[in-house]
Amino acid sequence: MSRPVAIDVSHLGKTYDKVRAVEDLSFQVYTGEIFGLLGPNGAGKSTTLRILITLLNPTSGSARIFGLDSVKDADRVRQTIGYVPQERAIDRFLTGREHLELLADLYHLSADDAAKRIPQLLKLVELEQQADRPAKTYSGGMKRKLDIACGLLPDPKILFLDEPTLGLDVQSRLRIWDHVRAMRERGITVVMTTNYLDEADRLCDRIAIIDGGRIKALGAPNELKVGLGGDLVSLTVREHDRVEKLAAAIRDLPAIRAVATTTNGLDIRVDSPEKALPAILDAANRLTCQLEFIDYHRPRLDDVFIAHTGRSIKDDQPRAEDS
Amino acid sequence: MKEYSQEIRALTMRWVRRLSREKFSMLFTLVQPMLFWLIFFGNLFQRAADLQVTQSSSYISFLTAGVVVMTVLNNGLAGGVDLLFDKENGFLERLMSTPIHRTSVILSRFIFVTTITSLQVLVILAVAWLFGVHPVTGLAGVATILLIGMMFGVGLTAISMAMAFSVKSHGDFFSVLGFLSLPMIFLSSALVPLAAMPGWMGFLAQFNPMTWAIDAVRPLILQGWAEALPHVGMVIGVMVLFDALCLYGGARAFRRAIG
Repeated sequence: MSRPVAIDVSHLGKTYDKVRAVEDLSFQVYTGEIFGLLGPNGAGKSTTLRILITLLNPTSGSARIFGLDSVKDADRVRQTIGYVPQERAIDRFLTGREHLELLADLYHLSADDAAKRIPQLLKLVELEQQADRPAKTYSGGMKRKLDIACGLLPDPKILFLDEPTLGLDVQSRLRIWDHVRAMRERGITVVMTTNYLDEADRLCDRIAIIDGGRIKALGAPNELKVGLGGDLVSLTVREHDRVEKLAAAIRDLPAIRAVATTTNGLDIRVDSPEKALPAILDAANRLTCQLEFIDYHRPRLDDVFIAHTGRSIKDDQPRAEDS
Repeated sequence: MKEYSQEIRALTMRWVRRLSREKFSMLFTLVQPMLFWLIFFGNLFQRAADLQVTQSSSYISFLTAGVVVMTVLNNGLAGGVDLLFDKENGFLERLMSTPIHRTSVILSRFIFVTTITSLQVLVILAVAWLFGVHPVTGLAGVATILLIGMMFGVGLTAISMAMAFSVKSHGDFFSVLGFLSLPMIFLSSALVPLAAMPGWMGFLAQFNPMTWAIDAVRPLILQGWAEALPHVGMVIGVMVLFDALCLYGGARAFRRAIG
């Protein structure tokens, strides 16, 4: 059974002044999921997002939002989506409430609807107390909450978030994550860009890893990790001369995927650590091979990112801007 | 149509709110041209200026038309600044991601700049009145002055917005602005009549749309309808052309920036 598709991106390309920002991008976002575009700065995430929210026209391919073309039906697309830009897209001189009032008029809400919805949103993002203060007095986290309230004002079917937690402290990040999850509970499809691995891992149902304008991997964070080929067990062996013999013995054990020798031991990829670990220890005992150190970890999204792009996302420090 | 007016009203109110929150900025915007140019400059040159050359009873009365048009110039050229900041901090993107008509933001800015400028022109005329400058064409003349100011202002605001959408950084914007504003004033009939200028400056000043505007506003204040009407007719023609050119350029810059 296939899930209902909210966004269908097909062979999307965007070239600025001969520079290819995005190339042959194809993916689908299902309704009701949190979909993440993960990649370093300049990877093409923001370009993709801007095409989806109709602010940029693609140079090739197409993007359909609930069947509506992002270029031809731009006006109708704009009525079904909400957008939360990167931080600071706020008018310092307006109060929080005035932001929402302005947007209510731009979405053509009636005065009654606006009067009903604005207090609800302020309550939802916990800004009731500060609603009538100018936004220049807001903290980073409060601005972000106002951003989100603005994005939710049109009661969108899809909400787009551009780097929702960039530059926020830990507590504010966790609150924003809660808000994003709450949106999913309400049936809103969420599409977000991020260059934080833990955010993609813990918040998103599915992610697309983008690097150099192309999709390098696509799937649920767990699938991607499992796809790497099992969990990793690293052994440090005291007697180096026995490593080869031990490797040979372990290779034949059940639930073992691959064994590689390292400078002072073995790296073993295992399917199920519950079965593999006792068997590995048993083999070591049988060969009277003393183990100095055992490390076991599940593949992290870092490992996935490195495996698909050949580099760590941290090579590129997060900055406030992204093109 | 109902939606369009709802958008424009809300966007225009935003500019009004911003201005009202920046009380100091508002005060200086309003006071600066009359204080610096009309009161200081006008009185300072009262005796230095040759009234035979300016063909007026006082230098202030000669200068009033110049200050009115200068105000239009400065407000118009600065008209895009707020959009520049909106573009830089992403607010414009937020606005454009809503289902508004693509022209609403720009139209709201025209309405706002034109209204503020007209109010300012009225204040300048009122202050000039206190210094004994009484427009001989009366209220109808004042209305004509406002019309000329609006027509000139629309073109200038369009230039300013086109620049706001095209520049890479706001440093560029303010450099160009600073470079444009004073030469436009000196190379016009704002401070000195064309006939009394050095030949080459007078020659250049003929091509300055500001000169055309001033030459129509000045007789409305000093001389009367008979002298003013030919100039008014001429300036309206020139401004229609000027506005058409500026709006065309502005629309192109806007389409490039917003897509």
